[in-house]
Amino acid sequence: MRLDADEGTKASATLMRILMLGWEFPPFISGGLGTACYGLTKALSDLGTEVLFVLPRGSTNQRLDRVHVVSAKENANGRPARTQTFWTVDGLEHVKLIPVGAGITPYITEQEYLEQRKREEIARATTVTEPGAEKPPSLDPNRPTSVGLFGAPDIYAGDLFSEVHRYARMVAEIARTSDFDVIHAHDWMTYPAGLSVAALSGKPLVVHCHSTEFDRSGTNVNQRVYDIERAGFHGASRVVCVSQLTRDLVTSRYGVPESKCRVVYNAITVNGEPVLHQCHGIEKDDKIVLFLGRITMQKGPEYFLAAAKKVVQVMDNVKFIMAGSGDMIKRMIELAAAMGIGHRVTFTGFLRGDDVDRIFEMADLYVMPSVSEPFGLAPLEALSHDVPVLISKQSGVSEVLVHALKVDFWDINEMANKIIAVLRHPPLRKTLREHGSFEVRKFAWSDAAKACVDVYQEAVQNG
Amino acid sequence: MASVCFYFQVHQPFRLRRYSVFDTDTNYFDDYKNAEICRKVAQKCYLPANRLMLELIRRHGKEFSVSYSITGVALEQFQKWAPDVVDSFRALVDTGQVEILAETYYHSLAFLYSRDEFRDQVAAHTAKIGETFGVRPRIFRNTELIYNNDLAHFIQGMGFIGICAEGADHVLGYRSPNYLYRPIGADRLVLMLKNYRLSDDIAFRFSDRNWAEWPLKAEKFAEWVNQVNGNGFAVNLFMDYETFGEHQWADSGIFDFMYHLPEQILKRADNNFMTLSRAAQTYTPVAELDIPHMVSWADMERDLSAWLGNAMQSNALHELYRLEEAVKTSGDPQLLHDWRRLQTSDHFYYMCTKWFADGDVHKYFNPYESPYDSYINFMNCLDNVRSRLRR
Repeated sequence: MRLDADEGTKASATLMRILMLGWEFPPFISGGLGTACYGLTKALSDLGTEVLFVLPRGSTNQRLDRVHVVSAKENANGRPARTQTFWTVDGLEHVKLIPVGAGITPYITEQEYLEQRKREEIARATTVTEPGAEKPPSLDPNRPTSVGLFGAPDIYAGDLFSEVHRYARMVAEIARTSDFDVIHAHDWMTYPAGLSVAALSGKPLVVHCHSTEFDRSGTNVNQRVYDIERAGFHGASRVVCVSQLTRDLVTSRYGVPESKCRVVYNAITVNGEPVLHQCHGIEKDDKIVLFLGRITMQKGPEYFLAAAKKVVQVMDNVKFIMAGSGDMIKRMIELAAAMGIGHRVTFTGFLRGDDVDRIFEMADLYVMPSVSEPFGLAPLEALSHDVPVLISKQSGVSEVLVHALKVDFWDINEMANKIIAVLRHPPLRKTLREHGSFEVRKFAWSDAAKACVDVYQEAVQNG
Repeated sequence: MASVCFYFQVHQPFRLRRYSVFDTDTNYFDDYKNAEICRKVAQKCYLPANRLMLELIRRHGKEFSVSYSITGVALEQFQKWAPDVVDSFRALVDTGQVEILAETYYHSLAFLYSRDEFRDQVAAHTAKIGETFGVRPRIFRNTELIYNNDLAHFIQGMGFIGICAEGADHVLGYRSPNYLYRPIGADRLVLMLKNYRLSDDIAFRFSDRNWAEWPLKAEKFAEWVNQVNGNGFAVNLFMDYETFGEHQWADSGIFDFMYHLPEQILKRADNNFMTLSRAAQTYTPVAELDIPHMVSWADMERDLSAWLGNAMQSNALHELYRLEEAVKTSGDPQLLHDWRRLQTSDHFYYMCTKWFADGDVHKYFNPYESPYDSYINFMNCLDNVRSRLRR
């Protein structure tokens, strides 16, 4: 343990104040982006870094855990006193949370945004016409109004891009009355906000690339999203990439100089809680192979089904579970039926919290067949639940995870070969589990946070 | 008197091809790759090194001699894909200055699992050596120098006069590897221990530029050997033959070093070179050595953990040897040969997870991307062997 080095990082980290343009807080986290922002923010706070976290409340309006509302009069830097309202969260000592009523959520597409708006309008209309009806989930009644919330948060802009710019204006307003040294923006929807704040405040911008448009859409790239990403990468002082795979995309597809890019791998919080052992209705005579993730093109669900088909040709008593939601779910249900393996494949829809723990507990193998996975947190979660993993070589996590089976996403024969081996040979499961659950402990958010602090320092020094 | 006893290990496994669970043919081995590797190593190591040894024998006559252990599976491959290598070994043996040692034909771990199978494989190897070189080995070396008291006892029963083992610190204690010993329970057998410091100076450290002794010259090494005088008889330099030109590249000067070593050693009248059996007959063992636990020459641990360190390795080996009776009663010679070629220790070495994360010597010699891949591939082949038995 190099105490002196740790102390050194901590001392300088306390000097840093970060305006974090992040996503999602527990208990509701819809995917890797939210998990990463939260894990990183908590670790930064533990290092003593001050984080002002701007949180888009999206359309979910869910109640957050462990949140307190604080109004503070500040008289900073000789400027006139002002009132800043923010939330604090238990366990995140150095974090102030500022919610903004923006209708952006992780992974949302242009089309989904429009559908979401339509649903909300219908919901609102229904509430008005039926006075007795149950109210839609409302905002926290104590929600602050002075900063960050511009009137009713559910009046969103016309399309996703207008909403992204509306969010940017709200963030600029928050930034005007806040003190910070570095802006840290996560994924493209926050890049315009990051750029505006950087231009207004003269502070360096660090953008964090958790995925690119090429990962999400393959070759069917949305030009407007691409342009926003490109502007973000080029306008930032530093680009943090979640893997070398992502860095290579950022440099080759967006023309960003490699000297600006830093790779900081994601991590996982291993809480060390004992795993529950319960039965949940699925006969454990069946071996269970799990897909858990958004059911979208990027995640390669059809390769999972194609491999499943191969597996059931040579093995009985095996079930495949596809947990998650996404724009391809209907097609996947139809595909499973068309392949004649409908009875072997279960679709659970989106799972959260305890349900995720339970599904991992049942699984004999977790498969991530992603076509393009910038990092891939779910395999680390599986390993922390003692589930062996088979991951696509086209993923960032495969650069650093050693005790995993790896396969090219398109190689369904090899995928099936490896799935069968894991199900047939208990010593293989045992060795993967033993080494994997040990290895996963090496992926600590504190290391990722320290790496980010180094990037902040570079950004401040070099502009 | 210090006698330098070189013994070089020559081995190439039949590497498996990618064999998926969906494959049903009985062709488990990657002929293309094995041939390619055989020819490559022949060009880089076996042929030039054999030329060098022959040249040294011509120059120094009776003064220079070395010993080899060549596995049956390596010889088989040379005969198929690089017959000139067999010829060049034959030329060496024909000088009378070169001894061939005995081992298991398949470079296997059979001694740990089946004494019958072990005996058969040693006999098969002895037969192959007789047929190829017209000589009968008298000294035995087990796969990867795996050794314990039981093995010594068994080997004495098979009529050998000597046996090789690793001179590991934890078996020698204060004793020196430069004497000959008597294994406990084998009073007619001579135990010859590898001097791992001097052996590894050549085999591992020779081209290491961070090593304080780099560059190693023949003169300096001869000086170290000479220091043994008065504290031992035999300096046992045991190493892979691939040290010459393959592990240590030609441009490291390894061939040059070897060329000059005999003259430097022989400069002193009381130093010489001996084959292992000659040393075993010349010198008297100084003490009994009790080695109840298995030792080997692998890794820092010098134990079995490189082949038996995790659940996959142990499972693969057990499943393999469980088929022994069925394979032998099947009366199918091709099946027997395939099953035996699956016993080659390299297959289990590839499954080692010990150093996997750090990536070192294990990774260098590993044709697989991961130990898991190698286990899966091996078990698929074994599954097919099992299905042939059911037919």
